[in-house]
Amino acid sequence: MNTVDLTINGKLVQAEKGSTIMEVALANGIKIPHLCYKKGLSIAGSCRVCMVKIKDRPGMEAACTTEVVEGMKVITSDEEIDEARKLIVELILSEHKHDCLVCESNGQCELQNLAYELGIERIRFPVGKSVESTEDSSQVILKDSNKCILCGRCVRACAEITVQRVLNFADRGSGTFLISGLDQPLVDTDCVSCGACIQACPTGALTEKLARFQGRSWEFRKVQTTCPYCGVGCQIELNIRNNRIVKVYGVEEGPENKGYLCVKGRFGLDYVHHKDRLTTPLIKHNGKFEEASWDEALNLVATKFKELKDKYSSDALAGLSSAKCTNEENYLFQKFIRICFGTNNVDHCARLCHASTVAGLARAFGSGAMTNSIWDFEKADVILVTGSNTTENHPVIGSYFKHLAAYNGTKLIVVDPRAIELTEYAEIWLRQKSGTDVAWINGLMNVIINEGFYNKEFIRNRTENFDEFRKVVSKYTPGKVEKITGIPEEKLIAAARMYGKADRGSIVFAMGITQHTTGTDNVLSLANLAMLCGNVGREGTGVNPLRGQNNVQGACDLGALPNVFPGYQKVSEPQVRENFETTWGVRLPPKEGLTVVEIIDAASKGEIKGLYIMGENPMLSDPNLNHVREGLENLDFLVVQDIFLTETAELADVVLPGVSFAEKEGTFTNTCRRIQLLHKAIPPIGKSRDDWKIIMEIGKIMGYPMAYHSPREIMDEIASLTPIYGGVHFDRLGGQGLQWPCPSREHPGTPYLHKDKFTRGKGLFTPVDYIPPAELPDEEYPFLLSTGRVLYHFHTGSLSRRSKPLDSIAPEGFLEISPQDAEKLRIKNNDWVRVSSRRGKLKVKVKITHDVDKGVVFMTFHFVESAANLLTNDALDPVAKIPEYKVTAVKIERI
Amino acid sequence: MKLRNKEKDVIALLRKAQRANKHNYITEYKLKLIAQEAGLSYSEVYGVATFYSLFSLKPRGEYVIRVCDSGPCHLMGSKSIFKVLEKELKIKVGETTADGKFTIEEVSCLGICNEAPAMMINEKVYDNLTPQKIREILRELRNKK
Repeated sequence: MNTVDLTINGKLVQAEKGSTIMEVALANGIKIPHLCYKKGLSIAGSCRVCMVKIKDRPGMEAACTTEVVEGMKVITSDEEIDEARKLIVELILSEHKHDCLVCESNGQCELQNLAYELGIERIRFPVGKSVESTEDSSQVILKDSNKCILCGRCVRACAEITVQRVLNFADRGSGTFLISGLDQPLVDTDCVSCGACIQACPTGALTEKLARFQGRSWEFRKVQTTCPYCGVGCQIELNIRNNRIVKVYGVEEGPENKGYLCVKGRFGLDYVHHKDRLTTPLIKHNGKFEEASWDEALNLVATKFKELKDKYSSDALAGLSSAKCTNEENYLFQKFIRICFGTNNVDHCARLCHASTVAGLARAFGSGAMTNSIWDFEKADVILVTGSNTTENHPVIGSYFKHLAAYNGTKLIVVDPRAIELTEYAEIWLRQKSGTDVAWINGLMNVIINEGFYNKEFIRNRTENFDEFRKVVSKYTPGKVEKITGIPEEKLIAAARMYGKADRGSIVFAMGITQHTTGTDNVLSLANLAMLCGNVGREGTGVNPLRGQNNVQGACDLGALPNVFPGYQKVSEPQVRENFETTWGVRLPPKEGLTVVEIIDAASKGEIKGLYIMGENPMLSDPNLNHVREGLENLDFLVVQDIFLTETAELADVVLPGVSFAEKEGTFTNTCRRIQLLHKAIPPIGKSRDDWKIIMEIGKIMGYPMAYHSPREIMDEIASLTPIYGGVHFDRLGGQGLQWPCPSREHPGTPYLHKDKFTRGKGLFTPVDYIPPAELPDEEYPFLLSTGRVLYHFHTGSLSRRSKPLDSIAPEGFLEISPQDAEKLRIKNNDWVRVSSRRGKLKVKVKITHDVDKGVVFMTFHFVESAANLLTNDALDPVAKIPEYKVTAVKIERI
Repeated sequence: MKLRNKEKDVIALLRKAQRANKHNYITEYKLKLIAQEAGLSYSEVYGVATFYSLFSLKPRGEYVIRVCDSGPCHLMGSKSIFKVLEKELKIKVGETTADGKFTIEEVSCLGICNEAPAMMINEKVYDNLTPQKIREILRELRNKK
């Protein structure tokens, strides 16, 4: 029996064995006053407020530390217990002055609530004097020790959730106080400004610095929605006053984030109110933008596109959809391009990040998406993380990995050329040369097969083509692999044993694997590895790509791709096309369209004349920016729909102002296939309009009227045409959203894929050989440049650089270079250098660090002043057409 | 920072660091080294170092004079011990002499009650104290090289 029956205040409740009285009470709606307890953090048992009486046990015991026992009889409140609680709270209140007058937590303070509930009118002890003044060195966190009750929730949150361990207590007894680092200002410590401490704090000791004096707790209108930054899909609660987002909390019931957020989600949403927000349509006259009315702008757009279509052909037009816009908007966009333009030239930025994932996994498994869910990583014994700087790019997941390694005994194997933070938590770190991934993955499999611990049963029953594949892998001996990758033999063998012998092994990957000319091969190799060890189709296993954008998964799912309709149904298949033609009432183009980089190429060759871009910024995100500029400037007509005048929008003929995530309804699909709702929180800024409405209106003028009244209706249509979204309707998405495949209304959604069979039936082993990257360093360009991101910014920075806190923490970009190379070039920290490649050059400041290996340098692509993609290579993976952002040959000169 | 707790004896490491320092304290540099060695965060080591009164994070004298002020010693005249020391060294309890040689600290029972009043200077115990004795001890230490 795993349950226990007990009574609390006479009420019979059932509990799981091993749970505490506090947990059981909360689960059954019985309130037990407490201060140091917080769900999700370890138990302290220090405040003694939650004392309860248990029949046949002397005195009182703390509910938070006492395990339930069969037949236990608990009383949570009587005169004696309440007197004890009063005493404790009075003692707390007497430590130093607790002044509620202008406190931000006034009205939502757990200490205040408790004192009121207990009816504390006077404090019978002498009250100590005020302690030192507030600490406000951090850009976003404000500490007021006068409100601190030493509950330790912030210390535990920092240690257990983000695992930064910046906060702690110093001194002892009545002299105890909260410190950060070596009692340094918070801004000088390893604090990553995640704000978990603020959310954990029961009083006003830790609050949002920028929300100071911006509203009393009862003046905020609260709206729950989904974070617009990355693919984790954290549930956030916007606190709004006067139609401005003042502060953001993490939603405790959020399925992926459980109340936690990163610095961007918590403090980086003020871009919504930035003065640069586009408020009216703009039309370019003689090289300058002039404000225009919606009618003028929409008519011009529709007329020009129709003109170009008639003059040249449908295929002379193209559209780039937005991985930041909603599912409903992506569906409408691809529908518009296919019907009104009459071409399949529709794509979006997934091409630049996970196109190789989709191609690889679709081939190996039949489905290109993350196989498992974020929260089932805790069931894995071993997690192999490669090509993902998780703590900076998917911070909530990265923190979770750190937590599992530090507290759960989970073993991490990290494979990355850079010394990213996760390497400090890894059991084994394999440091491979950039772009040699097929070699080390084949090497792992070579060891696993040779030493015989591959999953023969799984291979026999659930896969095909093993023998062909095995022949190729046999060539990749640890010795040969060391020569190619630089990974020492013993380390490779140890890693192979660790992953291969695990009961449940999970593979996690991102750009380091996908953004190569061999990206599809890399992903196929990871799929091979997972199948080899039977690590697909069970919880805590799988092949798990971490999708970058908040809705890149959705943009792919909803067919903003040149070769598939919504639901990955192939454009080239007549039956599929007929189905869509019937529902949409038009003939549809049968030829597959061009991809993102191909569209730019075609534009520069004059083959594409008109381009409609929604929420995308190729002028910073695409490779070889000089070529991108050429292409875009060569167009006859460019329309950009966005919320800011991005670098791409500046080149447009017409700019249409869309709305931010906070101003619209709709859904996003996160990296583990979870479809979650947005809720509109504020009205559109200025004259901006919902993106889905704009698309509808242009479509109408071009002769295809669409009459949707709401995103809810659009999703109903999506459900009727898209088997994997078949059961997705807004009324079902309230609680935890739904994970596709969800083929019908009754279907509960799918936490992990390929349970008894793969989507394609049997898993396919693909023999893959190592091919080196397209452009390696040589004498003229002796350094290897890799590009990526940092925690504080997102992609092209059009949103994050317009957030005051994020911009103040990270105002500029750097070139990371090793100490040895810096010495040879005679450069110091913060010196300026010129970096050039065969395609372009730029100036940037230098940051010397041991994180990068000798001969390797690293830059982010967030900063337009040092736009890394001026240098990068637009060489593409032949199958997925994804560029090789991770390997470019550059030279560096001191300025 | 390697934040994998290696279960090292942090108190022993802190004591070692303090003893090895001429001025009987633990430097910031050493705190960071100990954090690295033990796989702890800076704040965790700081918390341990500040919890115990025998650790100091600020420089003290080469000789730390700890005078017991618990019951028996107090009855046997520890007050006059303090007076003598303060007069001779020209500093108050808790302070360090300008030449960095001596610090006076008030501590709890040293466990030498039958020989009260008593004090310790670094690791050495001095008991059955009189003003004369104290002046001699100080002279000896001052002359030491």
